[in-house]
Amino acid sequence: MSVGFALLGLLAEGQRHGYDLKQQYQRRFPAAKPVAAAQIYATLDRLFRDGLVAPAVTERVAGPDRIVFAVTDPGRTELDRWLSEVETPAEYVANVLAMKVTLALLVAGESVAADFLRRQRKAHLERMREYTRVKTDPHADVLRVVAADYAINHLDADLRWIDTTLQRVAHLAKELRQ
Amino acid sequence: MTASEVLAARQIVKSYGNSPALSGVSLSAARGDVLAITGPSGSGKSTLLLCLAGILRPDAGEVCFAGQRIDTASESARSALRRREFGVLFQFGQVVPELTAQENVALPLLLSGVRRREAMTAARSWLDRFGVADLGDQRPPQMSGGQAQRVAVARAMVTEPEVLFADEPTGALDTLAGEQVLGQLTRVAREAGTTVLLVTHDAQVAAYADREIVIRDGLVDGTAAVPGPSAGQHRAYT
Repeated sequence: MSVGFALLGLLAEGQRHGYDLKQQYQRRFPAAKPVAAAQIYATLDRLFRDGLVAPAVTERVAGPDRIVFAVTDPGRTELDRWLSEVETPAEYVANVLAMKVTLALLVAGESVAADFLRRQRKAHLERMREYTRVKTDPHADVLRVVAADYAINHLDADLRWIDTTLQRVAHLAKELRQ
Repeated sequence: MTASEVLAARQIVKSYGNSPALSGVSLSAARGDVLAITGPSGSGKSTLLLCLAGILRPDAGEVCFAGQRIDTASESARSALRRREFGVLFQFGQVVPELTAQENVALPLLLSGVRRREAMTAARSWLDRFGVADLGDQRPPQMSGGQAQRVAVARAMVTEPEVLFADEPTGALDTLAGEQVLGQLTRVAREAGTTVLLVTHDAQVAAYADREIVIRDGLVDGTAAVPGPSAGQHRAYT
């Protein structure tokens, strides 16, 4: 996902300085990979250069000066365009799970593939339990629930594939034995 | 048996005619466990649930509740057990359409000889715990699927069972309604210390449980069949 649009969105929610943006990014997108401070500042520089954000205030606290950024009008227009734009579904969806199973079947045999799939299933379900706990926490707000739902549904897609593949591998093993 | 073990199955075998459904399944559940039993269609998970709940008798193996064999117990003893110690919930809650929600929930208590006033008071409080107290006077045809299923869960819990058996309890509901039922069911069961056995083919449902047992081809995944003629057609693929 483009960090630039994420920062534009967070700044449209309220003006912030770089460190604050990093914190807010993690709060709003708890399931996303944390973004490094250096990347936040580099992205802010680029957004500023493109005229999409502008310094609003300089805060002076105990440490160094902090520049508080706000979205400009062209920034808001760009954000709105991006929010309504359909994302192209990924063309290549192969990932390391499918690749491992393919290679396991090719060079290590079906029992290695099945064993990997079973252990992977456990790991996926454990992660799904964690997100389910997030979702069912009575204090969870709707944004956390939406993010947890997204993660759960993606894990579920992998789990369905794992289950189907376990069945296919079992059939393959039976065929090989006959 | 460990001190907290409530339910245990040892090497259960069950066939329907020549078709083996279970080929030697063992499992154990402690008090307060929320355990998911998952597996593909036809894997034997529902048969396992019926054997554990004392509804079906296995052909071989043992089922114990609180340290006592239930697979060899008399029909009347097993029926009493199902009334007092077990709650059972199916995909379609099987609430009685002619009764109000409150009467539906009170029903197991009334059948056990509890006085009507007491039973109705308890029913009201269980409806409240599942967030459907305002439906007390309504009949199932006036309710949504999710509301009717919450009434069914309240009915399964009203006797404060030691074990709640739930077979695809949200299978007929849309995602959000199912989520509400599962969230409440697992929360209330955990508060009450009830052991829950949740049969499902859906990983998202299984994720509400603390742990999972996968059944494939009549066996706990990764284990071998017990030797014997009825188990001969099932083999783990490891």
